[in-house]
Amino acid sequence: MSKRIGMEIALAAAEAVALCRPEVIAAYPITPNTHIPEHLSDIVADGRLDAEFICVESEHTALSACCGASGAGARAFTATSSQGLAYMTEIVPIASAMRLPIVMIIGNRALSGPINIWNDQSDVMYQRDAGWISMFANNGQEVIDMAIQSFKIAEHRDVLLPVNLNLDGFQLTHVVEPMEMPDQAEVDSFLPSFKPLATLHPDKAVSMGTLGLPDIFNEAMEAKDEVLKNSRKVILDVWKEWKQKFGRTYEPIEACKMKGAEIAFLSMGSMGETAEVAVDELRKQGVPVGLLKLRLWRPFPFQELKKAVKGVKVLVVLDRAVSFGGPGGPAFSEVRSALYNEPDKPFVMNEIIGLGGRDVRVEDFVKIIEKAQKALKTKPKEDYEIYGVRGS
Amino acid sequence: MEKKKKWPEDWQDVNPGLMVFRPGSAREYHTGSWRADRPIFDESKCIRCGLCYIFCPEGCISQDERGYFHADLDYCKGCGICAHECWSGAITMVEEG
Repeated sequence: MSKRIGMEIALAAAEAVALCRPEVIAAYPITPNTHIPEHLSDIVADGRLDAEFICVESEHTALSACCGASGAGARAFTATSSQGLAYMTEIVPIASAMRLPIVMIIGNRALSGPINIWNDQSDVMYQRDAGWISMFANNGQEVIDMAIQSFKIAEHRDVLLPVNLNLDGFQLTHVVEPMEMPDQAEVDSFLPSFKPLATLHPDKAVSMGTLGLPDIFNEAMEAKDEVLKNSRKVILDVWKEWKQKFGRTYEPIEACKMKGAEIAFLSMGSMGETAEVAVDELRKQGVPVGLLKLRLWRPFPFQELKKAVKGVKVLVVLDRAVSFGGPGGPAFSEVRSALYNEPDKPFVMNEIIGLGGRDVRVEDFVKIIEKAQKALKTKPKEDYEIYGVRGS
Repeated sequence: MEKKKKWPEDWQDVNPGLMVFRPGSAREYHTGSWRADRPIFDESKCIRCGLCYIFCPEGCISQDERGYFHADLDYCKGCGICAHECWSGAITMVEEG
């Protein structure tokens, strides 16, 4: 039976991962994800989990070791943040190209420079096009649940893709929350053991990570794109099963107070919790505002987005990363692009907010709503702004 | 005559992760087609030391029953490392064609 706990979310994430019985964990410490592998190493050392914990010398090796382990048929896990993820970059698209169902938790942190250990989502956006399933958690409970779901999704025979689960550094990793932790029997009944398609074994030769010449490369990329798009079905099935077994609902986009909303926020990660408070306040004052929490980043939920914004007049996309010299934050440019051909679409505006650990407060959302109300009439030409910049 | 498939024709035929389940298939790809220069082995200068065999990155040089070395031109890419390393100057790179 699930147990009510109060725990730091990073530790709870490690406990949830341990319930999934990973066989190989390879990680290198980097703030703010460190407590996840650190606690897993404790769990292994205490004999509570029979896994190989590999203390590697770098994140490049952490993910490489996970690739080798996954290729050999082991359930593999790693976690990282920011520069650590950047250091993995070379291996990130290889893991997905090789169809290795590794699960990685990212404690989101700003990419340097300037050096900054605090939260934004520029680290995962840097890996956006690598071909991984990518999901965002809003709170501690979702981190536990989605960590367990991630293994099931990744290892499904129709998927066999790596998954990155994102939780905001500090705002989530270092916060103590009340959560429900499933027990081992519940997780075992939800998550079967990993049955790989092929394993590296001398008795049965298989080549993984092969050369792909121009004659095959287009087809290989199409196959990779199709399998990621099709993973959607498995993700939805797993979330449905989760609801049946554990009673908590997971959707690609979670809608809050969207009934009759003329202005809506779209957020990713922990910011959604603060935005929800702001939306509740504004609704009490009669402002027709709603909130969409984007949980599934890859594969991008086009259908759900189009459905969710029906009737919305201004959609404010909140990004926690900058695309320098580009059309706006990554979530914004994708959302606006996804809606471009729709006959009936909201005016889409972009606020880039909460960079490098800058606080995002309820009153900030209130200010943004005031701006959105003006935008409803004026339809401003500028695509995006970095919110709260002194001097602008 | 049925045309032999060199590659999977369509993306649907691509093995997951481009995995190859048949061992030794790399042998069917003749890297010799990349070659611009061909190594010519002069047996009168060869001291049969085997350095060319050791240095060949393609592993395409082998020793015959008399102890002399030859490159398998199906796989020799013409990199010239053997000629560069040969102590006695027995290997010359000659332009193909």
